[in-house]
Amino acid sequence: MKLITAIVRPEKLSEVLEALFKAEVRGLTISRSQGHGGETEQVETYRGSTVKMGLVDKVRLDIGVSDPFVQVTIDAILRSAHTGEVGDGKIFVLPVEKVIRIRTGDEDLAAVTPAV
Amino acid sequence: MPTPPPLPAINGADTAWMMVATALVLLMTPALAFFYGGLVRAKNALNTMMMSFAALGAVGLAWALAGYSLAFGDGGPLLGGTRHLFLRGVGLEAHGTLPHLLFMSYQGTFAVITAALISGAIVERMRFGPYLAFITLWSLAVYAPVCHWVWGGGWLGNLGAIDFAGGTVVHVNAGAAALVAAAVLGPRRDYGRQALLPHNVPFVLLGAALLWFGWFGFNAGSALAANATAGLAFTNTLLAPVATLAVWMALDRFRTRKTTAVGAATGIVVGLVAITPAAGFIGPMSAIVLGAVAAFPSYYAILYRSRTRLDDSLDVTAAHGVGGLVGALLTGVLASAVWGGKNGLLTGDPAQLGRQAAAVGATLLYSGAASFALLKLIGAVVPLRAERRQEALGLDVPQHGEEAYTSGEGAILVLPDLAAAAPTAMALAAGIASSQAAAGLAAEMPAGSGA
Repeated sequence: MKLITAIVRPEKLSEVLEALFKAEVRGLTISRSQGHGGETEQVETYRGSTVKMGLVDKVRLDIGVSDPFVQVTIDAILRSAHTGEVGDGKIFVLPVEKVIRIRTGDEDLAAVTPAV
Repeated sequence: MPTPPPLPAINGADTAWMMVATALVLLMTPALAFFYGGLVRAKNALNTMMMSFAALGAVGLAWALAGYSLAFGDGGPLLGGTRHLFLRGVGLEAHGTLPHLLFMSYQGTFAVITAALISGAIVERMRFGPYLAFITLWSLAVYAPVCHWVWGGGWLGNLGAIDFAGGTVVHVNAGAAALVAAAVLGPRRDYGRQALLPHNVPFVLLGAALLWFGWFGFNAGSALAANATAGLAFTNTLLAPVATLAVWMALDRFRTRKTTAVGAATGIVVGLVAITPAAGFIGPMSAIVLGAVAAFPSYYAILYRSRTRLDDSLDVTAAHGVGGLVGALLTGVLASAVWGGKNGLLTGDPAQLGRQAAAVGATLLYSGAASFALLKLIGAVVPLRAERRQEALGLDVPQHGEEAYTSGEGAILVLPDLAAAAPTAMALAAGIASSQAAAGLAAEMPAGSGA
């Protein structure tokens, strides 16, 4: 089991969700986040003040998957979130010690298998 | 400074009312900004609202410099003259019972909102500069002539077509331009692939409320006097949208079992559009009938349009084009000399319906063709559409350098003397040193970038 955390562009989110759905990755959590990944900062002006937006809006996806789904999930995100410009985001793959589904108390593999 | 002696023909009550009416119509353009702004996605909120606000500057100026003369200066049946260019000869003298300047101002607020209405068809994808060029040229090449045809002594007015406050001049005119603009620009890239949802429905309701409020100046002001006809137009501006709203809500409930807020706001606008050409010509019960009937074509036009590839994003054609067309034709049916206007189909003059249809048809054709030519002309010089990346990012930041809803987090103030000196990464690290993000960022920075 792995926890896959992906940071992607907000405007790419619907494509990523569509790709994950097609890859039969069904359970995920998303959150709006901000970060900096080396992209050119956008300059904005409010009345007299010029500001550089050091943090860019991103979307973070957290997906707990069983081992056979790790590469499938990564491929789906790579395909759908890619633009080729700086700022496309990152995918982190983390080991998971334990997963428990709250509703049933299922653990580990049973907990990351989609409920029927 | 001695006050000039009062000019005899100017009426104080009329002047007082028309100053209020002018301010009311002016308010409709910011109201439209809220109506349209609420309907788009958050990343395009400012761009969409600025499309209305900017019309105040661009079209307002064009109106004073040339538009007024082209619409109301003496001329032929097709176009006004050059007599009032740069407001020459527009002074304190009486125009009807109003100071001439006030009449010019009042008409100017109509030119502004008419041009701004078109923006609803091309939001979330058109570049701002070409948009400004388009509405400015459009106000001179399309609005001014059509306004002249109907109100300035041109051929449609002489033919006997009646348009109390602009069903044809404003709404059919803007609706035709919107249809063409949506087709020339092409659909948004996400259109038909993603759900494109309104980001702020309360804004839409606020916009509809302010539009209704301002519309009392639009319709009752079109009497150009504080008299009984103004009172009639005022009453009809209350009653027709009331009926449209009631029918619209019923249609919504019938179709989806829910009364939607966006639907209610749209219904109000459609009712206001439909009563505009008839406001001072029909009785109050006729206004209720007109408002109720007008709900149907626009309601189903919106449903139909959203299933096509025509991305008239905020349904300008269905609300203003179709609503204005229905209103202008029903004016020819319901108009009654008893209420101070002319007779229509039901009151013994079936030919009036033909005259109304001629006015609508001529406006549709001219506005459609001229808008197409203008867009192609501008498009030949500069691209009309934002780049794919800008469209994905939303137009607020690329086109205006601002966001509608900023958290302010991670924003670094650029001081004029430091801007050139400090390396970006250092400024960034300094700016957010206190935040938890700093540790993560430091890890991502290439070694030595701050040195």
